[in-house]
Amino acid sequence: MKSQTDEITPQISQQHYKVPFSLRRFARANSAQLGILGVFFTLWIIFIAAAPKTFLSPQIYNAFMSSIPFFAMLAIPLTIVVIAGEMDLSFPSIMAMGMVAFYFTYNWTAFIGNATIQVGLAILAALATGTLVGWINGAIIVRFGIPSLVVTIGTQFLWRGAVLVLTQGGNFTLEFIKKTFFYPLLVGKIGGYFPMQMVWLIVITILGWLLLNRHRFGAHIYLIGDNVNSAELMGVNTGRTRIQAFMLVGLISAFAGVVASFYVAYFWPSLGDGYLLSTLASVFLGGTSVFGGTGTILGTFLGAFIIGAIEAATVAVGLTGFWTQLIYGFIIVLSVIMHTYLRKRGD
Amino acid sequence: MEEYRLELRNVSKSFGEVKALENINFHLGRNEIVGLLGDNGAGKSTLIKIITGYHQPTSGEIYFNGKKVEHLTVPKARELGVETVYQERALAEQQTLWRNIFLGRELTNAMGFMDIQRMRDETYRLMNQSMGFTSSAVSPDSRVGKFSGGEKQGVAIVRALFFDAEIIILDEPTMGLSLKETAKLVNFVKDIKAAGKSAIFIDHNILHVYNVADRVVVIDRGRVAGEFLTKNIGLTELMDKMVKVAETGSLD
Repeated sequence: MKSQTDEITPQISQQHYKVPFSLRRFARANSAQLGILGVFFTLWIIFIAAAPKTFLSPQIYNAFMSSIPFFAMLAIPLTIVVIAGEMDLSFPSIMAMGMVAFYFTYNWTAFIGNATIQVGLAILAALATGTLVGWINGAIIVRFGIPSLVVTIGTQFLWRGAVLVLTQGGNFTLEFIKKTFFYPLLVGKIGGYFPMQMVWLIVITILGWLLLNRHRFGAHIYLIGDNVNSAELMGVNTGRTRIQAFMLVGLISAFAGVVASFYVAYFWPSLGDGYLLSTLASVFLGGTSVFGGTGTILGTFLGAFIIGAIEAATVAVGLTGFWTQLIYGFIIVLSVIMHTYLRKRGD
Repeated sequence: MEEYRLELRNVSKSFGEVKALENINFHLGRNEIVGLLGDNGAGKSTLIKIITGYHQPTSGEIYFNGKKVEHLTVPKARELGVETVYQERALAEQQTLWRNIFLGRELTNAMGFMDIQRMRDETYRLMNQSMGFTSSAVSPDSRVGKFSGGEKQGVAIVRALFFDAEIIILDEPTMGLSLKETAKLVNFVKDIKAAGKSAIFIDHNILHVYNVADRVVVIDRGRVAGEFLTKNIGLTELMDKMVKVAETGSLD
């Protein structure tokens, strides 16, 4: 596609648009992100005050950084899909589907006899499978014009079913990965402390942010979620853009599936079950509107850590595990109300 | 023969069984303002959407500057200099002003990454020079949803003008505007004429169309029912004919 740059060069003005920094304007423009940031720090302070022993020691943060990235990674591309006004419920099944491709590829390439090459190919196969499944989701949604919520309820069963049929419901060990450098690369610990899955989450978050805020793709995602009619009239290829968003979910789901399986060096056909609601909750807690058109990557990132920390915090504070869901629900509902309020009065 | 800026020959468009347009012959001259009149459902919008590349005609030919164009798409039509001012609903209301100005044609590098500072600068310049936004509350980073109807229409118009359009299509531009804002819009159409460009002006209000158009084309039930040079027909006569068309489907 041709860049517009040359055509407008003669019109470029000397004056630069610069406004003096105003705290109020900044607060209004970023109200959703500041809102979730406020919730994040408020909860953190409450946790520290209630259980200082736990929340002032590094171990708890190590635990968070080990477990939260598995679903936080998924929440990043899901945020993009939700901003486009769509929904994807099939990502837990895509995680498992990618690992099936991984395992089959590893076995089929046994003749190579080099575990590192085999695992490398198997990872690529998993990522390709995830992307393909995402493409199928998107293509059904766009070509047939069926709401994505409905389609992905269907494909979520479809791909989980495919996993169960292909593996005959079996689970298997992935001990062989430990011999390859992919193991420390994906789930190792830097300096024996900082988990690599956290590094990958940060990489995915930064790439997701760049794509959404600095790339034409992201601009079109916001437009489609805001006013799909207008986007079409203005020549945006809304079908292709939405399919790409679903492919992104597929790709990252497969990656998260690989990382989560490597962490335990084991494959369960139920891989991904249990991530659905925490991932969705992270997106909405982070201030992304279910109606599309608004949402931020930073909000989702913080949302995921809030969701991930609540369970540990509930126990550390001295309440029984029975309280967890009650507190989850309380925080999610209050945050969503806060976001709706901020959106209404924001600039 | 003079070369038309735009010409449609025998263009028809069907949506399934429904014939929206039948054998339309339409042309737009250089530096000409054509008013398109017709009742709801007459086929005005379909005609416009064919010219902008949004719909492809079922049959017929489209010529730009005397050259036949096959498979017209929205980006192709834009390259040929067609810009459309849609009703205000064509803005993305939750997005900022600069995003709306560059909607669908963001300034990017070869990798597709956007030059945001440039888009903001350009928006700021356009705001001050062309849109006449003086309120300090409005900045390139303001969300369009908060604007008044006239301000929104201003955004839509400036969006069309920025990209150096040769043919400007105004689709019901006065809808939802105050009297003062409407007067401003009519002046804007006169400016298009003065700048040597062409325009197609669609409106329910015959008075607005009559005042700015060189020629009026009346569409009825998917056909061109007739056309008049505004200098040859009086306003009352035109109105009588419009009523007659609506009732009988014929001008005489």
